[in-house]
Amino acid sequence: MSTATLTTPRPAAGGPAPSAPAARKPFALVRHTAALTRRSLIKTWRTPEALIDVTLQPIIFLAIFVTIFGNAVAGSTSDYLQFLLPGILAQTIAQGAIAIGVNLNTDMEKGIFDRFKSLPIPRIAPLLGAVTGDIVRYVIVTVVTFATGYAMGFRIQTDVGQAVAGSLLAILFAVCLSWVSVWVGMVVRTSGAVQGIMFLIVMPLSFGSNVFVQTGDLPGWMRGFVNVNPLTHLVESMRGLFLGAPIGNHVWWTLAWCVGLVAVFMPLALRSYRKKV
Amino acid sequence: MTTDLVIEAEGLAKHFGETKALQGVDLSVRRGTVLGVLGPNGAGKTTSVRILSTLLTPDAGSARINGFDVVRDAERVRQSIGLTGQYASVDEDLTGRQNLVLFGTLLELGRVGARARATELLEWFDLTDAADRPAKTYSGGMRRRLDLAASLVGRPDVIFLDEPTTGLDPAKREDMWDVVRSLVADGSTVLLTTQYLEEADALADEITVIDHGRVIAHDTPEGLKRVVGGQTLEVRPADPARLAETASILAEVSAGARPDEIRSGMLAVPVAGDEALTATVARLASSGIAVTELSLHLPSLDEVFFTLTGRTATPDEEVAA
Repeated sequence: MSTATLTTPRPAAGGPAPSAPAARKPFALVRHTAALTRRSLIKTWRTPEALIDVTLQPIIFLAIFVTIFGNAVAGSTSDYLQFLLPGILAQTIAQGAIAIGVNLNTDMEKGIFDRFKSLPIPRIAPLLGAVTGDIVRYVIVTVVTFATGYAMGFRIQTDVGQAVAGSLLAILFAVCLSWVSVWVGMVVRTSGAVQGIMFLIVMPLSFGSNVFVQTGDLPGWMRGFVNVNPLTHLVESMRGLFLGAPIGNHVWWTLAWCVGLVAVFMPLALRSYRKKV
Repeated sequence: MTTDLVIEAEGLAKHFGETKALQGVDLSVRRGTVLGVLGPNGAGKTTSVRILSTLLTPDAGSARINGFDVVRDAERVRQSIGLTGQYASVDEDLTGRQNLVLFGTLLELGRVGARARATELLEWFDLTDAADRPAKTYSGGMRRRLDLAASLVGRPDVIFLDEPTTGLDPAKREDMWDVVRSLVADGSTVLLTTQYLEEADALADEITVIDHGRVIAHDTPEGLKRVVGGQTLEVRPADPARLAETASILAEVSAGARPDEIRSGMLAVPVAGDEALTATVARLASSGIAVTELSLHLPSLDEVFFTLTGRTATPDEEVAA
């Protein structure tokens, strides 16, 4: 609609605002989020070093844990690799969700968010754009983990369809968990603090789970936590989908956690974002 | 509606903890005019702009842009404003073009429209060569231009410029002034904050002077200059013996005002306008008087504040007598 006014030879800066200012076009949120996702992807593309946590980490973790614990925990490194890979994927993808809060916290210090706030766009669009833009990071984690695993001898025991389903579940979980990070990024004053707090949340989740050992091998007092830990459900779901182990209700529990995380932390993040000047 | 006020604010108040940033500020700007908001650092200029551009809500008072309340109708206000802050509000990781296309897309110009508008603005602001470089590689002046371009993407009819030339060298400052003038020529309404009376005088139709969160004067540039003193012409003849002769020339060009010797060998006289400078140069030349210093200037912000409030704008510093 505004293309008509663009035909003026001189770049008229002022003049009447675009017509029908009040009528927001349909799917505005979707289009605005898409534009801001693109922004996020350009930034990721420009700073590939920021992808270290989702590229090197799965490689190093797989190599280290399989080598050190393989024989002790599972009797053989190849058996342990089969058992560990879904766990390492869950752990690194959860850690990958930390970065978004740190980045948003830094971003808010710069003027760009002033500009976003002065534009007639939904308040949540810049946050949504950042969250969806980070999906590319979770896809990278997944691909790198599988590639490293395959090079070390990991093999999917089911089929491609189930493997993809398991991977998508992990990516979905990371997207939902990232709202926690976004919220912390809005509330806490420095980016270093965001990193520290998120680490304190993600670390117990990944070690207080069945990522490294079967739940049955953990001390009794810990099992209560392990059994409700969302990462446990995610890992069990992936073991079922990648290796054909019994899945039970774990996929449903994982999805329930996803819904819960978004339902609680998205509104909190948005509220803090509105208040933050 | 008897008046055509585009920006109206009454009794704006805002405090941050103990700091009272604004204590009842009234502002009004008529359509198609420029209001200069003049004040030192910490006077409340930026807070006022942030309230008017919906980034902050006032603790008390109200403001309307094009008749829409900045709190209740914030969404409508955002449709018609463009904001250029003191610090460039662009994404430094994106190129100039990507920034402008992003804002165009967010302003519903459509894919093609956003690209066309970006190209147009890059050209206007002389950024075409740097268009595809990340904004973080830009110089300070280029960043300011990109920032201003970004605030014009949606062709806003109300434009807020928060100290648009602070930190720019004089040549860049003149360029920015030209841009502001052409915005007004296109019918935009501009609210500009500045620390320089010279800038407000060059651009504004009316000037509001604020200090410590209060309005201490509101007038036309002419009216304000009548109060605080207009331009002063200062001349230092190379040969001190010709001081009296120089003084009589100055008295003539200033239509009878009496030149003062403000410092040893330096004469100063209030003059009506820029023409006085040319006339003085011509007269000095024809009389064969060489000068080592010759300048025309407006009172500094310190002098303005001293006149208006009886104290200096920057309380931490001693007043140079």
